[in-house]
Amino acid sequence: MTTTAFSTADIAARLTDIFRDVLDHASLVLTRETTAADVEDWDSLAQISLLVAIEKEFGVHFTLAETKQLANVGDMLDLVANKLG
Amino acid sequence: MNRLLTAPIDAHALLRKKRALRRELSARDGLVDKRVAILGGSTTAELKDMLELFLLDAGIRPVYHESGYQRFAEDVLFPETGLRDFAPELVVIHTSSLNISRWPGFDDSADEVHARVQAEFERFEVLWQRIEADYGCPVIQNNFELPQFRATGNLDAYAPTGRTRFVALLNERFATAARERAHLHLNDIHTLSARFGLDRWYDLPARHAYKYAMSVAAIPHLAHSIASIVRALLGQSRKCLVLDLDNTLWGGVIGDDGLGGIQIGQGNPVAEAYTEFQHYVLLLKQRGVILAVCSKNDEAVAREAFSHPDSVLAVSDFSAFVANWEPKDRNIALIAQRLNIGLDALVFVDDNPAERDIVRAQLPEVCVPELGSDVVRYIDIIEQSGAFESTGISADDTQRSSFYAGNRARAENQSRYAGHDEFLRSLQMRAEVQPVSPLYLDRVTQLINKTNQFNLTTRRCTLAETTAAAADPGQVLLYGRLVDTFGDNGVVSVAGGRCEGGALHIELWLMSCRVLKRGMEAAMLDELVRHARAKGLRALVGRHVSTVKNGMVARLLPDFGFEPLPADDSPGTRWRLDITNEPVPRNTLIEVNQ
Repeated sequence: MTTTAFSTADIAARLTDIFRDVLDHASLVLTRETTAADVEDWDSLAQISLLVAIEKEFGVHFTLAETKQLANVGDMLDLVANKLG
Repeated sequence: MNRLLTAPIDAHALLRKKRALRRELSARDGLVDKRVAILGGSTTAELKDMLELFLLDAGIRPVYHESGYQRFAEDVLFPETGLRDFAPELVVIHTSSLNISRWPGFDDSADEVHARVQAEFERFEVLWQRIEADYGCPVIQNNFELPQFRATGNLDAYAPTGRTRFVALLNERFATAARERAHLHLNDIHTLSARFGLDRWYDLPARHAYKYAMSVAAIPHLAHSIASIVRALLGQSRKCLVLDLDNTLWGGVIGDDGLGGIQIGQGNPVAEAYTEFQHYVLLLKQRGVILAVCSKNDEAVAREAFSHPDSVLAVSDFSAFVANWEPKDRNIALIAQRLNIGLDALVFVDDNPAERDIVRAQLPEVCVPELGSDVVRYIDIIEQSGAFESTGISADDTQRSSFYAGNRARAENQSRYAGHDEFLRSLQMRAEVQPVSPLYLDRVTQLINKTNQFNLTTRRCTLAETTAAAADPGQVLLYGRLVDTFGDNGVVSVAGGRCEGGALHIELWLMSCRVLKRGMEAAMLDELVRHARAKGLRALVGRHVSTVKNGMVARLLPDFGFEPLPADDSPGTRWRLDITNEPVPRNTLIEVNQ
């Protein structure tokens, strides 16, 4: 997978798809401010699945320190954008 | 079978679609609950979810008990904390090399290293003993993957104190234990991790952040491996490999390229790859998998291809050979019918994606791995399917193909006789119907768990239960073995029950389909009556529990003169046969115990 082909809107759309798949929630809508507390079933096990799926989708790898600092969807989006940039 | 759960496994797709898959699979009818305890030496959350998907796909809904993190031993040794009340029907001990606590030190003597192996082994052995004593249920135990680090480099594999060597010694002890303990089954993560790749298997972030012993992407493969063992334990292993021919067993199209044009044999890489695949297929046959051909070809042309001097397989290796221009799903159904096995016993391999899709859509019971069209991957993909997983290779397994070949010879002979009885008499059938002795426990248990059609109650038993029943004077458990002019059919029938209130209550009565219509059921009934009368019992009480597959025995009891009894709380219809006076023998065709 090339690592430069995604615009921010692309990344957001793909993140939404991943969240909808992993949480089995077809109409889920995310904003930058969405946190685990706002979404049913976004528990710690789902968080692992989300991170594994995001790494796979974008062909990136997160360090331990990076994953610990993710507070909301906006943080995830920025982290992916940084990795790809 | 669900496509996502079929080989080759796409771990990332499964992890991502897990919840939707669980929702779909849980909604299906006819799921059977099983109480499964997962005892973990590391986090088991994802394993539990993934195993659930594969078990649901096999018709089993797991009800789980999870040990606390790293408390795999405590749960067994102090069952009052919950395991005892849970009463598991299956225990999975999910441990890994990370749980080894007695690694050798560099200054250990050889004796000290062996003492450490022994101590580490005993730590697990005591768990298997306790589980057997307390629950008598099967245990699926991981062996150990190679260690992540080799502080002494290559020396680690052979220095007395090497960790790599230590794992090899420990795995050998586990293997010996699994051969000796009928209820212990190894999940070979030593091989699984190597195939996955140790560098990917060991995942330090996953370990430090989530306490997973291995990478999250390895867990679906691990779960699939465990589920394959469970399916084998429940008699759901597949029995027959149905093969396409052109571009599956050889390169090219025999009808177009001719005998000289197809790719098989030595001299070019493609031909050599097909030769290797044929060798693998032959190996499957030798271990007891029945082979069948399903090909779009003129039959004579298809058969001619096996006369190629480099063909490893011969026409005689196949128990069914169907080559014509009919749709493959129809031909596969015909093959199942001819071999007298269920569609759920079949694996179909074909390089053509359209044929695979048609068979998947029309015959969802058939396992259709996503074979692709690259011959070098065929073996790996069939292996990954886990379809032929077995809990032991019995003598009957390795002879199975000859049983079916014998059946073919019998069928051809049958047409030469005036009546069916005359034909049966010509077979000079001899049977041995005796109480189950230790020698027969494995085969009897296997038959109990895999027989679906001629099976009055479809009751399944673990080896431990069969062993207990055979030793119990309050129970009767008989096996039947049938020999005829074409060969020894091996142990083909089991019948038995519990003596209670002056009657023998038949809990098991089943027979392999390869001896249908031979009169063996009459021989079994006569012996049940004889044993019941010898115990002073006055009646046989039988129960027919109907399933989608056992319609053929719906009339078995009334046809033998059993009278209906009122229903009770348990499922099925109840029937009684008075044996106060010695009944007329039913069997007239088979010489029994002569």
